[in-house]
Amino acid sequence: MNYFRNFIKKNIAALILLLFAFLIIIPLWMVISGSFIGKNEITRNLAPVLSDGKGKAFWPILPQYPTFRPYIELLLDSPAFFAMFWNSCKQVIPILIGQLLIGVPAAWAFARFEFPLKKIIFTVYITLMIMPFQVTMVSSYLVLDHLKLLDTNFAIILPAIFATFPVFIMMKFFSSIPADLFEAAEIDGANEWNIFIRIGIPLGNSGIMSALVLGFLEQWNAIEPPLTFLDDKSNWPLSLYLPNIATDNVGVSLAASVIMMLPALLIFLFGQSYLEDGIKASGLKE
Amino acid sequence: MKVNVLSIHKNRSIEKRIHAPNSKGKGISSKKIHHYKMKKVRTAYLFLAPSFIGVAVFVLIPFLDAFRRSFYEAMSGKFVGLKNYSIVLHNEAFLLAAKNTGKFLGICIPLLLTISLLFTVMLGSIKKKGEFFKTTFLIPMAIPVASVVLLWKVFFHKSGLINVVITAFGGTAIDFMNTDKAFYVLVFSYIWKNTGYDMVLWLAGLSGISVSLYEAAKMDGAGAFARLRYITIPELLPTIYITAVLSMVNSFKVFREAYLIAGDYPHESIYMLQHIFSNWFVSLDIQKMCTGAVIMAGVILLFILLLQIIDRKW
Repeated sequence: MNYFRNFIKKNIAALILLLFAFLIIIPLWMVISGSFIGKNEITRNLAPVLSDGKGKAFWPILPQYPTFRPYIELLLDSPAFFAMFWNSCKQVIPILIGQLLIGVPAAWAFARFEFPLKKIIFTVYITLMIMPFQVTMVSSYLVLDHLKLLDTNFAIILPAIFATFPVFIMMKFFSSIPADLFEAAEIDGANEWNIFIRIGIPLGNSGIMSALVLGFLEQWNAIEPPLTFLDDKSNWPLSLYLPNIATDNVGVSLAASVIMMLPALLIFLFGQSYLEDGIKASGLKE
Repeated sequence: MKVNVLSIHKNRSIEKRIHAPNSKGKGISSKKIHHYKMKKVRTAYLFLAPSFIGVAVFVLIPFLDAFRRSFYEAMSGKFVGLKNYSIVLHNEAFLLAAKNTGKFLGICIPLLLTISLLFTVMLGSIKKKGEFFKTTFLIPMAIPVASVVLLWKVFFHKSGLINVVITAFGGTAIDFMNTDKAFYVLVFSYIWKNTGYDMVLWLAGLSGISVSLYEAAKMDGAGAFARLRYITIPELLPTIYITAVLSMVNSFKVFREAYLIAGDYPHESIYMLQHIFSNWFVSLDIQKMCTGAVIMAGVILLFILLLQIIDRKW
């Protein structure tokens, strides 16, 4: 008993951390293992929760009869799922490309140059970065309405391209490149464009990756913009539509969740260091 | 290119050349310096222009328009002064939403900062497996909201898994989502999602504190608590400020969970400002939305100014 008490005392920190880790691993495990449960079994297990049926929810640690059927059904018989997945791609990919094309030069301008009004403009960018969607929602709506872009993919893409958060992150990375390098290149006769392309982008590469990883996780989860600017449900991205699948067809809902989660988890696994660097950069004071 | 650049690295920098005195009469004249600087400014604006024009067109100008509209009546276009503000500030739904959002921020941000800082310190104390925990705590950032919402339902529903456990031990089932417990489900959801993010920020802050400070304190006989109180926390102050601001930014995103679980009209304990904006939107109440947006922006700016003042005073 004494030994046991000492063990706890020594490892209390690890135990608490482990407990919290379980709170994360268990739901993840449940979604993944649950996606291999057959349709009848899962409907029976979840009916009490999803369609207010009688009885109690039940979740096996391992599926009784593991099967790929939910995936097959989802991939073969759910055209809506494909359409929404494709909608997500059509919105997220152009946003990320746009954020880079627009944001990388802007970040470079802030990091490399001194110019009048720089401080004010940068403060405006930071302020916009902090404001929640609801503050700028009316503004965006007024413009999109004026440009007749509501209910099109552009209503989601255009405002997101000009988000200031990626600019802020990449600016932090560009600023950490030693200025001597640019000066040397200048003496060498390189013009500003060449310095940007040949030195800035390669050396600020990890900042660009960080902005991409954070941007993807943000956009793949988009709820508010499509909810506000897309009336027609056929334009909705998967992030907004998925809960509808869950109520319509419990059998495939978990498989759909896993497929939705897959790109994000893969990017997380391969880009974890970029993600961490990005978070750190967002915390560095100017 | 890179090699080339580095080999010249030892040369005098261009900046120094420009500012060097005209000893040989062949230096660069002030006119040239002016020209050089002007060219730089022009280049800078060219780099910035696409972004700034977009921000101006999609956010700044329309926000100024929204600001103007908040003083006018939408239908007649008549100037009404502060009447819209009085309407919004007396709107019961708005007051409820503002109260809930304020309460949420007031509970969540301190709670998250404390938990994530404690975890970070614990992470430092265990030496082994630190990487495993950090990765695990970051995973919720990568799990799409839509994927976990179904699980939250499974856990927190009246016949859900938590209630199965509660009733198995002889308790009475709690209807989490349709009572004021819904608020705490949201708090849990926020902590669950953001602990990893804040830990990374704390780790970055902690790594900036010099180890010798702790060693000196240990020599003087300072205990773990004293070291936390007199070294860690004061040294971390700048990090506290920025972590609090970013935690606030992330706290507004909890609307995603709230909306996907409970829809447009959730239990009144989690009826947030985001809900009222989206409901105003459905009824296209532009006047209230403009006024509300201005109020919200104003309050957030005030809050940040306040944090800044606290940050400087300490």
